[in-house]
Amino acid sequence: MDTGTLTFILSITIRSSTAVLFATLGEIFTERSGVLNLGVEGMMLMGALSGFAATFYSHSLLLGVLTSLGVGGVLALIHGFFTITLRANQVVCGLALAIFGIGLSSFLGRPIIGRVGERFVQDPIPVLQDIPVLGPVLFNQNPLIYLSYLLVPSAWFFLYHSRPGLNLRSAGENPAAADTAGISVISIRYLWTIFGGMLAGLGGAYLSLSYTPGWKENMTSGQGWIAIAMVIFALWNPWRAVLGALLFGGINALQFYFEARQFTLIPSYILRMLPYLFTIVILVIITRWKTVRKRAGAPAGLGLPFQREEHS
Amino acid sequence: MKLILERRLVPSRLASWGGVGFSILLALMMGGVVFLSAGANPFKAYGVMFLGAFGNFYNISEVLVKAIPLIVCGLSIAIPAKILVWNIGGEGQLAVGGIGSAAVALFLSPFLPSALVLPSMVIAGFLAGGLWAFAAGFLKARMGVNEILTTLMLNYVAIYWMENLYFGPWRDPTGTGFPGTAILPESAWLPRFPGTRIHLGLAFGILAALFLQWAFYRTRWGYEIRVIGENPKAARYAGMNITRHILWVMFLSGGLAGLAGMAEVSGIHYRLQQGLTVGYGYVGIIVAWLSRLNPMAIIAVAIFLASLLVGGDQLQSVMHLPSAVGLVLEGTLLFFVLGSDSLARYRIRLITKSKEPQSKEQRA
Repeated sequence: MDTGTLTFILSITIRSSTAVLFATLGEIFTERSGVLNLGVEGMMLMGALSGFAATFYSHSLLLGVLTSLGVGGVLALIHGFFTITLRANQVVCGLALAIFGIGLSSFLGRPIIGRVGERFVQDPIPVLQDIPVLGPVLFNQNPLIYLSYLLVPSAWFFLYHSRPGLNLRSAGENPAAADTAGISVISIRYLWTIFGGMLAGLGGAYLSLSYTPGWKENMTSGQGWIAIAMVIFALWNPWRAVLGALLFGGINALQFYFEARQFTLIPSYILRMLPYLFTIVILVIITRWKTVRKRAGAPAGLGLPFQREEHS
Repeated sequence: MKLILERRLVPSRLASWGGVGFSILLALMMGGVVFLSAGANPFKAYGVMFLGAFGNFYNISEVLVKAIPLIVCGLSIAIPAKILVWNIGGEGQLAVGGIGSAAVALFLSPFLPSALVLPSMVIAGFLAGGLWAFAAGFLKARMGVNEILTTLMLNYVAIYWMENLYFGPWRDPTGTGFPGTAILPESAWLPRFPGTRIHLGLAFGILAALFLQWAFYRTRWGYEIRVIGENPKAARYAGMNITRHILWVMFLSGGLAGLAGMAEVSGIHYRLQQGLTVGYGYVGIIVAWLSRLNPMAIIAVAIFLASLLVGGDQLQSVMHLPSAVGLVLEGTLLFFVLGSDSLARYRIRLITKSKEPQSKEQRA
């Protein structure tokens, strides 16, 4: 394989992984605070639609991105209200959010299907892009992708090396103890549920403003669900989320490559199944590994509503 | 002033079922806002939806046609949900059920006496869907792999597989561009109620609901899964085999979804084609939850949600509004029902400043 091909595959790997990466990071924060939000697919779709629509009508990419952040956050707020304040079942509520977002985005998006608007273009970083192989792969991308480079280390630093990050984790691991220590579990859960929704919205906007520009019904094709699986693969750690997202992106890139090369040994429908089959395989491996190595898994308070009055 | 939720000792039945009615009202109001945002008059839109669903005999019959897969999928979701296992893969199991039954009709029917074709299709559809879900159930029961995600991922795999079949090897050789297999032989058609598209699948749905009602509340199996659902620890101490229960409920659940696929292929489309998977597997989740996992209630709720879908279709053809509004209404409805469930379990109290110290004392 020559360098050009390698660069091509790696570069597409990065591009195909970014949406999942954003959504995964967001869901890591949400779940770390103790809230399980299965509505990622719906939030991503609404983010994709609103981001594209805002850009289409205002001709401003920045406004598009901000809109998608806002819409994702508002949808997550709905989930937060029902699960945190009303203590509804988090699994079913997340599914409701997913169905709601899928339906609402196809309803509202009808008028702008197939329209062409502004999109993020490649914006190479001087000097860095001249590094052999890595340069064109990492530093000849668009600003949203650069944003993801910044987001991962900040997320890691915040979660593991800052006081608010500690509070966030304690709200998910042991809400009763956190409450005793004077931390407001309820407001922390609200805050990071909304933040998770914003990142899911951003992931959607990345799709509609950069990866596959424009709006199409169900254009996320399950990436929201894959992000939830990647959270488990990542063991709720931002760095491992990068690994998961890159593996997902890599499978996509290979699929592109095979199709571009008219590589017919593997039929194309099998190639299209690969990301989903691969996600299942990854889930199996990580679950096995977790039980064998007895590694700490999900935050202990994940999915459980917090209520102060009763001690159980 | 502060809003707090206090747990009721006994969930309020009035709040529970009254909440459903109130939720429907709220969801319709939210839907009105969605209509307004699309520039449509909500009253006119709901009028079109209502007439579209109940305006004449044929429309009512169409509601029942759509209710068939929803009843069966709702039951399919309700079985594992009883033990807190979530089968979100109804869509994929429906697709492989369709594949399995179509395979029998297309390739085996010439070798079968015609009276055996339909029963074989039922068995094939049930087995195909059942095994598809069993795979996820196996991973869940034996290794603890999250079943929500595996069943969901398998949806995409199943649908790509089905598409490949009717676009590729099973494509109707005489077909004119429309993606689908050849039309099935008549022996593979489910009988219809004259003048409508209501087919024998309705009987499958009702029989399955009656059977499950009996099985849930009158058998040892039903007793055990109810105990597991209420208190898994107690169930384990009592020596119940949770692993085996997970495998069985997933097989039954997938089997029912597969049966829904068989009924769609054999009762509606008469072939395997595009448009088989239109979200019944997902709407089934809403049906099951709104019905409190009660098989009899599932029939009623399925008919109601089917009327939203049929009404939504009418909206598309009459007012050119996307039919996805049916999905929006159903998602919203589920939210409100979840919220009202909380109100049935908790009492909301407004605490004013003067009362606050007292409540702190109570806590201590």
